[in-house]
Amino acid sequence: MSQFLDISGLNARIDADGQEKEILRGVDLVIPPGEVHAIMGPNGSGKSTLSYVLAGREDYEVTSGSVSFQGKDLLEMEPEERAAAGLFLAFQSPVELPGVNNANFLRTAVNAVRRARGQEELDAVNFLKTVRAAAKELGMSPDMLKRNVNVGFSGGEKKRNEVLQMTLLQPSFAILDETDSGLDVDALRIVAEGVKRLRSPQFSALVITHHQRLLEYIVPDRIHVMAKGRIIHSGGPELAQQIDREGYTKFLAEAA
Amino acid sequence: MPAVTETREAVEKLGLSSYKWGFETDIDMDVAPKGLNEDIVRLISARKEEPEWMLEWRLAAFRSWLQMKEPEWAKVSHPPIDYQDAHYYAAPKKKPGPKSLEEVDPELLRTYEKLGIPLHEQAMLAGVEVPEGEQARMPVAVDAVFDSVSVVTTFRKTLEEAGVIFCPISEAIKEHPELVKKYLGTVVPVGDNFFSALNSAVFTDGSFVYVPEGVRCPMELSTYFRINSRNTGQFERTLIIVEDRASVSYLEGCTAPMRDENQLHAAVVELVAMEDASIKYSTVQNWYPGDENGRGGIYNFVTKRGACRGARSKISWTQVETGSAITWKYPSCILQGEGSVGEFYSVAVTNNHQQADTGTKMIHIGKNTRSTIIAKTISAGNSDSTYRGLVRVQPKASGARNFTQCDSLLIGDQCGAHTVPYIECRNAQARIEHEATTSKISEDQLFYCRQRGLSEEDSVGLIVNGFCRDVLKELPMEFAVEAQKLLQISLEGSVG
Amino acid sequence: MSAPLAVTLEPFRKQLEGVSGQPQKTALEALHHTGLPDRRVEDWKYTSLRFLAGSVFHKPGKNYDSAKARAALAALGLAEGAVAELPRLVFVNGHFVADLSVTKGLFACSFYTADKAEPGSLVRSDREPLAALNTVLAENGVVISVPEGIDAGQVLLVSLGQADSDAVSYHPRHSVHVAKGGKLSLLSVQAGEGHYLHNPVTEVFVAAEAELRHVTLQAESDAAANLSTLYAQIEERGNYDSFVVGIGAALSRHEVHACLAESFAQVHINGVQRLAQTQHGDITSVITHAAPDCISRQTVRNVLDDRARGVFQGKVLVEQIAQKTDGYQMNQALLLSGQAEIDAKPQLEIYADDVKCSHGATVGALDDDQLFYMRSRGVPEGEARQILIDAFLEEVLELIGDETAREVCKTVIARRFPVSEEGA
Repeated sequence: MSQFLDISGLNARIDADGQEKEILRGVDLVIPPGEVHAIMGPNGSGKSTLSYVLAGREDYEVTSGSVSFQGKDLLEMEPEERAAAGLFLAFQSPVELPGVNNANFLRTAVNAVRRARGQEELDAVNFLKTVRAAAKELGMSPDMLKRNVNVGFSGGEKKRNEVLQMTLLQPSFAILDETDSGLDVDALRIVAEGVKRLRSPQFSALVITHHQRLLEYIVPDRIHVMAKGRIIHSGGPELAQQIDREGYTKFLAEAA
Repeated sequence: MPAVTETREAVEKLGLSSYKWGFETDIDMDVAPKGLNEDIVRLISARKEEPEWMLEWRLAAFRSWLQMKEPEWAKVSHPPIDYQDAHYYAAPKKKPGPKSLEEVDPELLRTYEKLGIPLHEQAMLAGVEVPEGEQARMPVAVDAVFDSVSVVTTFRKTLEEAGVIFCPISEAIKEHPELVKKYLGTVVPVGDNFFSALNSAVFTDGSFVYVPEGVRCPMELSTYFRINSRNTGQFERTLIIVEDRASVSYLEGCTAPMRDENQLHAAVVELVAMEDASIKYSTVQNWYPGDENGRGGIYNFVTKRGACRGARSKISWTQVETGSAITWKYPSCILQGEGSVGEFYSVAVTNNHQQADTGTKMIHIGKNTRSTIIAKTISAGNSDSTYRGLVRVQPKASGARNFTQCDSLLIGDQCGAHTVPYIECRNAQARIEHEATTSKISEDQLFYCRQRGLSEEDSVGLIVNGFCRDVLKELPMEFAVEAQKLLQISLEGSVG
Repeated sequence: MSAPLAVTLEPFRKQLEGVSGQPQKTALEALHHTGLPDRRVEDWKYTSLRFLAGSVFHKPGKNYDSAKARAALAALGLAEGAVAELPRLVFVNGHFVADLSVTKGLFACSFYTADKAEPGSLVRSDREPLAALNTVLAENGVVISVPEGIDAGQVLLVSLGQADSDAVSYHPRHSVHVAKGGKLSLLSVQAGEGHYLHNPVTEVFVAAEAELRHVTLQAESDAAANLSTLYAQIEERGNYDSFVVGIGAALSRHEVHACLAESFAQVHINGVQRLAQTQHGDITSVITHAAPDCISRQTVRNVLDDRARGVFQGKVLVEQIAQKTDGYQMNQALLLSGQAEIDAKPQLEIYADDVKCSHGATVGALDDDQLFYMRSRGVPEGEARQILIDAFLEEVLELIGDETAREVCKTVIARRFPVSEEGA
């Protein structure tokens, strides 16, 4: 029986200005259903690359390794197929879509995913009701639904908008790529509440973060330390405090 | 007469094209022999039962056309057009004129049904924002022009009560000669350019609108143009006059069946706005663009111009150009009245082998005149698209203002996007600002949309619609819905 | 195909007789075919050559007035300060004058002669009629070659026109080659007295990783015409950084054709025009991105007074291969008088999809609020206007990288436009 998410020996590189750069060098990671894992690690360790590769960004070339997601070969799927299959990436820097109305975008996305999952599409009226309620819970002003996707949003607003999308798309697996960066304490709590509400035996998450602050709100089942493109250490939630106190030096030394 | 009647469904089943308006209607037609000479001009005038002055006007236009050369400056190329190889008159066989919809050839009505006129889309579902507590839709009066002839005009009674004249121009020539005589050719003179001269000589119909002083036209006026017959040029002529403190919103839609050969369309539109008058003219142009290999399609050579004659008058052009093999079109404003306002909002999409050279001219003559130009150009496939625009400030136009924003989006590396603005300023108290950008669809945006579950084509459609937002929002709501769909259809097959 | 010949070659008829040499003959043929362009030719829509009609331009002799030439150099501020120390090449009426030149410290410099004309270079006599005219009539010019890896420092190139009762025309042919990794800063100053036509053609080759800074100060006689054509080719990671200052001549056109031929090459074509009375000044450029990853930048500002007319035409052409092109163009004009006119035609022609290109244009008058603010602080109107005009030009003049060249330009502009006591 395969695991919910099983990453094995994953290597990936990117072509940067004509030069190939290895970023992931043999990532092994297993996430069982219902668990929340966190990845911590210094800058440039490959955390964001891992999230992009899982979501299917084409700039990255997977050179070896495999990723199975709910028994399927994730790497063979198009980005939108991964989304339909239940994978959600909350972007570190959410992209602006000028001229595209936020509510309209949300509904297009929700219905595309529902269609792919064989669920009935939401009509405009029902959708608006649902989205307004969800936005309210996240402390978003209704005005944000009328604006263009992420255009002119503050850092905090963008992150909340990501969580709003996550809430509506109902993923089975969410990757939160530094969703805590740029958030004040109140916003952080609201975002964490949003994630907590999704927690269930059918929902797993991978939280990528620099700080243990977020992990105080979303307590993970496991924490992994990533460096130089690999997971170099794994442990329980207590690892967060240790890293906060001692930094990564010790783990890096052990790995070397 | 063509024998094949292709329905939209049949075409779609064959998977021949994504052009869903490519059906042809089998209707008994009265067609003049091919070719263009004085006799044909006389024949057209006679068929339309025109007064002598009109015939003289046409003949003068024809003679000046003979002296003119086809313009070459636009960035379009096509094999030479044989002006003798087309029919200049084609009309549904004359029965007593239809008085109401019931009397119109049912085949024709079915055609318009297929065209989706009037449109009943639920705007909200198609993603158009509707203000909360939306009001009941305004009715739309439609004038349908089939090949060269206006076949039906709806809601005439209601309009008449308001004092608004909305009728085929052929009828206006007979019923309102004083108005036609006074204004026809005053905005686009007969000899203005090659195609306007041709149009003046051979136009067979079009719409005429007159809104008297102080009247706000109670409904949107709409004309649907359709080219149906083979080898027919369509030369419609539209004249809209809006008197002091009056206003009108006019919509124009265009389609044609799929053909192997190219068909010529050379319309002339003249607008006159008097003191405090306003005219909003919206176009969704979806003539047949030709197939993936550039075979067939309409040559769309159109002259559109509005004169803001009165103080504080306003003319606003909005166009969504997705069709035609070649588009050559520069809706313009002559800003004569003090404080008058000209606007041009344009989306031009080209795919496959389409060519578009379109833009506007804003001529600032009066004091404190203002103009705004927003042009969005999208090129895909092997197409070429050019924005060409002129902003001219005459010496007396103190306080004139212009703002121009031209953005081009490229999809694929086999297409071209060009921006050619001309800025001529002869007044020191004027202020002109122009900005232009060219870029491709951003990979970040595409990936973001796909991560949220949208297919690549839907993602492109969404981003393109966003790119065009500032223009689409100027369209009346029903048109905006149609335009959004058209954009997406036009770009089908352009990604991946 | 044949263009209308509204501006005839009559003013040059005498000089065009008895042309020998094959490149000259070919160019003459092309010239007879197209004629001099009139305004129906799209590229000459805003600039008429009618100024040339009605005159007969003579071929100038080698005699010149030495005292006048020295006075002119002094008036241009070239006899003092840092610029006086530079190696200099001085031409009078198109002839090199050794007596006025300082070749010490200058190397790899030779002279163009008509019999050594090399066909197959960048010049397109078939396309640009004035370049064709130059090819037919060019007799002299400088050829500067900077060898590989050498920083050749600064060089001053001066052209002086001297015409008395007879109008003269001269057509120098210059070329500048900077070999791989080489460097040069060239200041070209053009001035004179009387009625003449200065019709130079310059070819510029910037090899891989080489850099050429090139400032042209056009301060010709008020009765003269300056019609310059410049062709530049820039290779991999090369940089051609050019700037033109146009303040002189009754009729001027500075036309640049720059080709970014290899990847990561850069070109800057910046400039200012400060014109008054009935002057007509035209800055026209065509920048071709023929390779990926190249950068082009263009900022041009115009200040136009009286009945002056400024023209800006700037085309950026991005070929299909030129992905990742980064192009930016800005043209701005300040109109100081109700009779002044600006005509601008920026143009993007793009065939590659992964590009970032933009252009902007603005036209306006001096800001009344700013003027009022300064006057309310006691600054007289004339001075306040001057401050605003200077500030407008200053921002662009700062783009001149060579400090010596920048100072010369500023000095010459300031001498030509002293602060007026009363406002215009």
